[in-house]
This record gives sequence, C-alpha cells and structure tokens, in this order.
Amino acid sequence: MRKFVLCLVLLLGALPAGGVEPKERLADPALEARARTISGELRCLVCQNESIDESGADLAHDIRILVRERLTAGDTDAQTIQAVVNRYGAFVLLKPPVEPATYVLWFGPPALVLLGLAATGMWLHRRQAAPTDTAPLSPDESRRLAGLLRDNEG
Amino acid sequence: MKRIIYLLPLALFFVLVGYFLISLRPGHDTHELPSAMLEKPAPSFELADLGDDNRLALTGLKGHPVIVNFFASWCVPCRIEHPLLMRLSQQDHLPLYGIAYKDKPDDAARLLATYGNPFRQVGLDQDGRVGLDFGVYGVPETYVIDANGIIRKRFVGPLTAEAVERDLMPLLKQLEPSS
Repeated sequence: MRKFVLCLVLLLGALPAGGVEPKERLADPALEARARTISGELRCLVCQNESIDESGADLAHDIRILVRERLTAGDTDAQTIQAVVNRYGAFVLLKPPVEPATYVLWFGPPALVLLGLAATGMWLHRRQAAPTDTAPLSPDESRRLAGLLRDNEG
Repeated sequence: MKRIIYLLPLALFFVLVGYFLISLRPGHDTHELPSAMLEKPAPSFELADLGDDNRLALTGLKGHPVIVNFFASWCVPCRIEHPLLMRLSQQDHLPLYGIAYKDKPDDAARLLATYGNPFRQVGLDQDGRVGLDFGVYGVPETYVIDANGIIRKRFVGPLTAEAVERDLMPLLKQLEPSS
C-alpha cells in the first residue's frame, strides 16, 4: 500500500513538465505570472505548434528570457509582446490579430457555416413547398399495383 | 441563376486548387517565414571580434552595403553553404561579415581555419542576443544591409548558387550602382 501511494505521488509529480527552467523564473511572483501568460501566447518558431512556454528549444528559452527582461524593465504586457512581434512578425502570435490580412482566416469558417445553413434552409423550404398532392390511382392502376405486390410476395 | 449556385462548389474547388498550386510550387518552402525586420533599420550591435581586439559593430559597417551571415560550427547546413561563401568572397569580392551564433570562439576559429575564412570580420554572438534582435530562428541566415543600415533581404537556410544569382547579385547591383 505504501508503495502504491509512493508511485501515485511520483506519477502526479511527473505530470507538469513545461519548458520553463527554474533559473529563468523571476523572483517576483506577479511578474513571473505575467511572463507565463505572455509566453503561452507566443509561438516557438522552431517547433511552430508549441508555445515558448511549453517548448524546450533554445530559441524558446531566449525569447522567454527576453520577455522576462522586458517585464522586469517595466514594460506593459502589450509592449513586451510587441517587442517580440517586431523581431519575428505577427506569426509568433498563436492567436492571430484581427486585421484585413486575416479576415479570411477569422471570418471564412463562420461564413461557410452560414452559407451551408442558408443552402440547407433553402433546400428544405423548397422540398416542403413542392406539390405533394398527386392524383389518386385509377382503378386500372390499383389493380396492377395489387398484382405486382402479390407477385413480389410469392 | 439556380444553375450558378450548383457551380459554386466547383468554383470553390478551383480556388483551393489555385491556392495549393501557388503555395506548394517547387522550390517554395512553406516553413520559411517572411522577416519582420525587412526594410527596417538593422538592430544595433557591437560584438567581440574573433581573432583580434577589434569589435564588429553595425556603425562600422555603414556607408556601403554589406552581407551579414549568421553561422555556427555546430550547424550542419552552414557547412553546405561554406564553399559558396568562399567563392563569393574570393571571386566576387563581396563584403561578407560573419556572426558566430551561440558558438564557442575556439570552435568557430577551428571551423574557419579548416574550411577557409570568407569573412572580412567575424563577431562573436555567444549568448545569441544579436541573433534574437535580428529575428534569427535558425542558422544559417544571411542578411543584406544597405549603406544606411537598413535590412534589405534575408535568406533563411543555406545560400544556394541559384538564390545568389537570382536575388543576391541583382540586389547588390541595385544597392551599389557604381560597382
């Protein structure tokens, strides 16, 4: 039982393994928290789908240090992010900014959904509106239908 | 009119085909990022020089266009472009300056002693700080900086003879019409 508890504790301890190294951390917890938040929003350029907060790459380390330097120097969050964007372009932002160049990215998918909904609506509306009342079968046709059904069963 | 709506998916399909044709064309690297520093002043730097007591500083490079190459002894693609850099420096006499990115001075010196030194001067960027200011995200990267210190072009990855012919030479000619 004690072994089991020990294993459990060790396992739980092993879960959060981010890229941030202990010596990078700032002494001021408030600043460090802001640095972590900003780091989570910046893309690591060599791994591309990880944030610099999660990545163990050298470049991510350098940018984390840069972020912390700027914050320590008294920059606001926006100024700090801008300092990184100035060097690496808007691509470093994991959440791309809403600007004319990204309108298709932001509004394309919802526009397609709306288009699909509109098309489906039109189709349903037209199907409902289509004439459903057809002329009843003539006695001759009823007899033929009955005959066909009977053949089918037999 | 209704017919046209049925053609819409087909039209969208061709738009996608066009997009993929353009972005997946041969020789186009989808991972290559446009530099945010293009047409902006190069970040100012002053680095210890490899070999002598001079310092490699941006202010010392102004006045004529220069090529700044970030390299490292640990970088394999740098070895690939090295013979080309040697040719550019020896045959074409291009103003090449090297920045050893996150490299130990001894290792960088040994690399240049073994394979030749194409650079007029080599600065040591041991902590990668200058690279960070330039927006370097992997070596080798090569920058063309004009006489006023404005970054005019960035090459990501090893320079190729084709890129030199197509982009580098015309740009240098344009920057320095007299030569």
